[in-house]
Amino acid sequence: MMRLFAGILLLFGVLASTVHAGEHLIPDVPKAVGPAHPEGNEFMRANHMKLLKHDRDLTMRLGDRAIENSLKDCVTCHAVKGPDALPVSVKEEGHFCAVCHQFAAVKIDCFQCHNSKPDEDSIRILLQKYPDSRELADYLEGMTE
Amino acid sequence: MKLPALKTPAKDITEINRREFLRSGAAVATVALAPGVTLMAFGGEAKALADPGKRWGLLIDVNKCAKDCTACVTACSDEHGWEDTGNPETDPQWIRKVDLKDKDTGREVSLPVMCQHCENPPCVDVCPTGASFIRPDGIVLVDKHTCIGCRYCMMACPFKARSFVHEELEDQKSYSPRGKGTVESCTLCVHRIDEGGTPACVEACGKTGNGAMLFGDLNDPESEISRRLAEYPSITLREDLRVNPGVHYSNI
Repeated sequence: MMRLFAGILLLFGVLASTVHAGEHLIPDVPKAVGPAHPEGNEFMRANHMKLLKHDRDLTMRLGDRAIENSLKDCVTCHAVKGPDALPVSVKEEGHFCAVCHQFAAVKIDCFQCHNSKPDEDSIRILLQKYPDSRELADYLEGMTE
Repeated sequence: MKLPALKTPAKDITEINRREFLRSGAAVATVALAPGVTLMAFGGEAKALADPGKRWGLLIDVNKCAKDCTACVTACSDEHGWEDTGNPETDPQWIRKVDLKDKDTGREVSLPVMCQHCENPPCVDVCPTGASFIRPDGIVLVDKHTCIGCRYCMMACPFKARSFVHEELEDQKSYSPRGKGTVESCTLCVHRIDEGGTPACVEACGKTGNGAMLFGDLNDPESEISRRLAEYPSITLREDLRVNPGVHYSNI
């Protein structure tokens, strides 16, 4: 009887742990800065690599710079800020690409050559601090005086 | 879920080539679709594409190149992020200053040597993967997506212009991706050219006041470089190999 009870307890324990793990079945994907993809997230999840590959050939071989899907744009719009408020690299925790790729155990080759962080100019824009409402009100008050 | 079609399949590069050529060839391309129906395409975006009608090149006036000046080398290093770490055997060198001395006369000159952007590049001939290629506008590049790092091109290049990346890199420039295990060389600052600019070395040389380097379209008889080439004597390096370099030297 005791053995059965212990068995049931163990089963509950296993169930509880799987339920707990269930919360993390899908990786927690960080939100991007810019507007959403018109194709939809489902499409991008399934096809982003094809779009990147297609446009990389156009840029590399033909010099077409007026393209829609460049890795540079991905990295800029999907930048995740680390504890120091600067964008994290693909080797650090929480990088947009790494979150899913680690989960799916698919190696990313892109960042062996490409930078996984936005350009310095883009970082400057990301770091820009906008005045809050009180600062604005103070400023406007100062103007009317 | 029905997936929207990709713009064009990547393998169909010849088709793209033809279309882009039509787009870039003339300011306004007119195509007759049916009697009385014409399609007019304005070449607005054409500037961004490698134009097959052009051939980019350099003219280096060695007389104007100062012996101790390395502005072009520094500018290239800053622009593309390669650096001299004191290990000349493994450090990348996209451009280097070469000093020459005529033993008979004692005349000493100094000149920059980089990828000569040949019309018949030996590096492209030997590449087993097609990674080494020549753009329609004459710029010779390495497609690092397909480069396997075999270094045949480094052996084939008569100018020793290519380097191999031996170590892992971080924080590359977004316009100049570089990575371990691939071969690289001067890109003639293709990212600047596509935006209508000039290479970083030429710009830096101009800023020093020496003005030894001139960049332009060799196919355009009206360009400054073509006019100077027509007027004054110049040579290309290793003319015996008949690779027809895009980089010309005068007063060497």
